[in-house]
Amino acid sequence: MTKPFIHVSNLRKVFNPGKANEYLALSDVSLDIEEGELISIVGPSGCGKSTLLMIVAGLLEASGGTLEIGGGAGAFDPHRHVGMVFQQALLLKWRTVLDNVLLPAEFLRLPRREARERARDLLNLVGLEGQETKYPKQLSGGQQQRVAIARSLVHDPRLVLMDEPFGALDALTREKMNLELLRIWEQSGKTILFVTHGISEAVLLGSRIAVMTAGPARLARKIDVDLPYPRRLDMKTHENFGAYTREVYGLLGME
Amino acid sequence: MAGPILLHLLVVLIWQLVADYGGLPTYILPSPTETLATLFEPRNRWIENTGITALEIFGGFLLAVGIGVTIALLFSWSRLTLVLFMPLLVSLNMIPKVALGPLIIVWFGYGVVTNMAIAFAICFFPIVITTARGLSEIEPEMLYLARTVNASKWQIFLKIQFPGALPYIFSGMKVSAVLAVAGAIVGEFIGSEKGLGYLMLQVQINLDTATMFMAVLMITLIGVVLYGAVALLEWLLVKRGGAA
Repeated sequence: MTKPFIHVSNLRKVFNPGKANEYLALSDVSLDIEEGELISIVGPSGCGKSTLLMIVAGLLEASGGTLEIGGGAGAFDPHRHVGMVFQQALLLKWRTVLDNVLLPAEFLRLPRREARERARDLLNLVGLEGQETKYPKQLSGGQQQRVAIARSLVHDPRLVLMDEPFGALDALTREKMNLELLRIWEQSGKTILFVTHGISEAVLLGSRIAVMTAGPARLARKIDVDLPYPRRLDMKTHENFGAYTREVYGLLGME
Repeated sequence: MAGPILLHLLVVLIWQLVADYGGLPTYILPSPTETLATLFEPRNRWIENTGITALEIFGGFLLAVGIGVTIALLFSWSRLTLVLFMPLLVSLNMIPKVALGPLIIVWFGYGVVTNMAIAFAICFFPIVITTARGLSEIEPEMLYLARTVNASKWQIFLKIQFPGALPYIFSGMKVSAVLAVAGAIVGEFIGSEKGLGYLMLQVQINLDTATMFMAVLMITLIGVVLYGAVALLEWLLVKRGGAA
């Protein structure tokens, strides 16, 4: 059996170890993720899901356990192969949409012309064709988040980490963006870790769901979501969807 | 656009009418025409005096921008400098800069450099504060994002931090532009041999109020030019393209 793309085992994170404000942010998380998978990580605030994401992104050191990324297909460089999307779009207001998408390419000093071409393609992919020269404030919240998604893909990362990317959007826009994300994921073939505290969002998107609980922050269970892709909003009325949702609520103690 | 201009002209007109028919002596309220007429009095040396005052104001202002922004940069690069020096700067700022005038004259003597130094002292602090504030206004998530694509500290500064701080820097510069004018004039009042403030003291002895009015207008004009230049630069760098 080949190694998984991401192998997390017994991962642990303690903030301020040995001090009065010592805080166990992550306790014993094990998770394997295959390349091209869209996996939802769901849990309440303080369950360590963002911490897990930060460790995977190489922005935080784990206190214990192992994290291996790359699997078989060549070395994985966390400074080259990770794209990130946050709850805020974090667009630079003095840059046009196109120049915002190009920011990671500039940091990585990728060839300019190819990057521009790719940025244009990505803006088409996220449904923003013809908006390249607009400024962020001329866009709606949903459109801004589309720009952020295009930006996370511009350097062709192998792994995209999303930390509640639609958490600040209104309910209808959020559902629309869920469908958009599914489409973008299918067309780009990226591995996506999608952190959310929206349970139906987690079920709708993920081929698997990692359910995390707080106090102590740990991984409660991994659930395989056996709903076919491409997924549609009307699947939310499907009885299996309800069953998965109930299972997650149960694990979070919210039945 | 026409409305505000008309209102300005209306004020000048009222001034002229009050001066002509208000029964006030000229040494209390000269009319606009009498004020403008002083421009043709060679003893007033308008070009030289205005040039000197403008030099003091612009010099002090530019010095404050250069040094102020640099210090704010040091603060943003080193947390230690910020923690150590910021409280000191705040304390120093509590000193009324105008009160330092006589001291600065002791140190530098009369003249352009002294008045520049007073202008600098009075408009330096707002620039440090606003710039430091602007440079610290970067979301932590933006830093994470930059770090995942291997951004260097310098790249982050150049592409994110500094452009983001520009609106703050400009608001500090606008406040300072007004203060610099006051600083230079106070310097000239305390002790100088040239400049518009000096001219005002000279003609005051003869109750030449019209010339004093004109000097105030020229000082105002210098302030307007400086403020306008800052506003234009702001428009070019920040507001154009609908960014801010």
